Amino acid sequence: MNAFVDIRDVTHVYAGSEDGAPAVDGMTIKVREGEFAAIVGPSGCGKSTVMKLATGLQFPTSGTVMVAGNPVNAPVKLAGMAFQNPVMLPWRTTLKNLLLPLEIVQPHRSRLRKHRKEYEARAEALLEQVGLKGQGAKFPWQLSGGMQQRASLCRALIHEPRLLMLDEPFAALDAFTREELWCIIRDLHAAQKFTVILVTHDLREAVFLADRVFCMSARPGRIIAEREIDLERPRDLEVTYTQKFIDIVHELRGHIATAREAA
Amino acid sequence: MAAKRNRTSLILAPWIFTIGFFLIWEAGVRMFNVSTFVLPAPSVIADSLWTYRTQLLFHSWHTLWMTVAGFGIAVVFGLLLGMALGASRLINAGSYPLLIGFNAIPKVAVVPILVIWFGVGWQAPVLTAFLISFFPIVVNVATGLATIEPETEDVLRALGASKRDIILKVGIPRAMPYFFGSLKVAITLAYVGSVIAEYNASNVGVGNLMARASADFNVPLLFAALIALAVLGVIMYAATSFIEQRMTGWAQRSQLAA
Repeated sequence: MNAFVDIRDVTHVYAGSEDGAPAVDGMTIKVREGEFAAIVGPSGCGKSTVMKLATGLQFPTSGTVMVAGNPVNAPVKLAGMAFQNPVMLPWRTTLKNLLLPLEIVQPHRSRLRKHRKEYEARAEALLEQVGLKGQGAKFPWQLSGGMQQRASLCRALIHEPRLLMLDEPFAALDAFTREELWCIIRDLHAAQKFTVILVTHDLREAVFLADRVFCMSARPGRIIAEREIDLERPRDLEVTYTQKFIDIVHELRGHIATAREAA
Repeated sequence: MAAKRNRTSLILAPWIFTIGFFLIWEAGVRMFNVSTFVLPAPSVIADSLWTYRTQLLFHSWHTLWMTVAGFGIAVVFGLLLGMALGASRLINAGSYPLLIGFNAIPKVAVVPILVIWFGVGWQAPVLTAFLISFFPIVVNVATGLATIEPETEDVLRALGASKRDIILKVGIPRAMPYFFGSLKVAITLAYVGSVIAEYNASNVGVGNLMARASADFNVPLLFAALIALAVLGVIMYAATSFIEQRMTGWAQRSQLAA
């Protein structure tokens, strides 16, 4: 299998970690291009470390990380990121927040000034896709939590990244808003075919969205199970009430329970 | 109705309290026959304010520009040093003990040295105002820069942002509310600094006027000068406060959103 994100036998100890204990240990994850992968595990298992390794914010102590066929030895630049905390900059309007990645990443960085209109149109279009049409002029703090999270997704996607990294992006939202956002990210993924790695502790979320789910053990994180989700696409929210869906969630739940007991 | 009356009394309260304060003062002085030499009545002070108006205005003007000049230097220096401290852990660790040690020195103690260096003139008040007021600016700017959310930093670094990008796009705008907040503290300190130095090391300024009034035992003029100082101080504080609100309205959303 030719993997787009290829994390092979990686052990990572954070510099300055006091006990020298690894955050992840002997971890192998392969994600194909265009695939939607989810990583689930008990809290503190090093899920976020996976994000940092795959985007080149951290480099593994041992093992190799390859993204798009190249070894990662600098920030990868082709990734968009969204977190549980939307971290919008409060002094910029929502639209200007969306344009922030374009002010950093090439080739947009040097084109932005001349093609501002074109980029603003792209941002508006993205906002429309996530149901925030015409909200660009508002400041992020004038939006609700769910709206901010949508805007944060737009910011992660504005530079058309080939890899989208999501670190528990829906964890702080209420159940209804969360399901709405599941559908939004599902549609965006279906339309644009980028690769997604979603870190979450919500098994239903992982099973509903992902093509492949990795279960991690408690710290030090290790992959203890990998499960292909063969539910047909496009998936409707109704699928979450089918027996097959529930069985998969149940099976994964078993892995996590074992992982927690072992800890 | 009750709510409306409540609002009106809230608006009137500061005036009533201030006027009441001076009325009680006036009545007390008259009732107990306090000598003008000890505590002049407000009416005597008002009279003195009028008599010495040209002198008071002249000296207030000098105090104002010397304070603002020292404050201006403090702003530039404080911003630069604060940015250096916030951006580099090495500079931060290295210079903090020095900075804290320097800040611990009462600045009155520096005035004699300034007099030896520059003689009696505008330099000592301006420099004292600067020395006394830059510290809060440095600390606040550095704090603003050092407390960038790690997620924001991750988002930008993953895109290949350099340290300079992050400081320009996020750090500096983020530090602005801290910076403007510190200006209110700094302007008050700068004012204290310039007046202290005028007292000992200048031939103009309200501090100097007070030094001479005190030597002449002109107590009403001393009090008139105090009033001038109070007015000037309030004006400078209000000006920085106004600038703060104009520049960083986004950070004061708690009241705006209501």
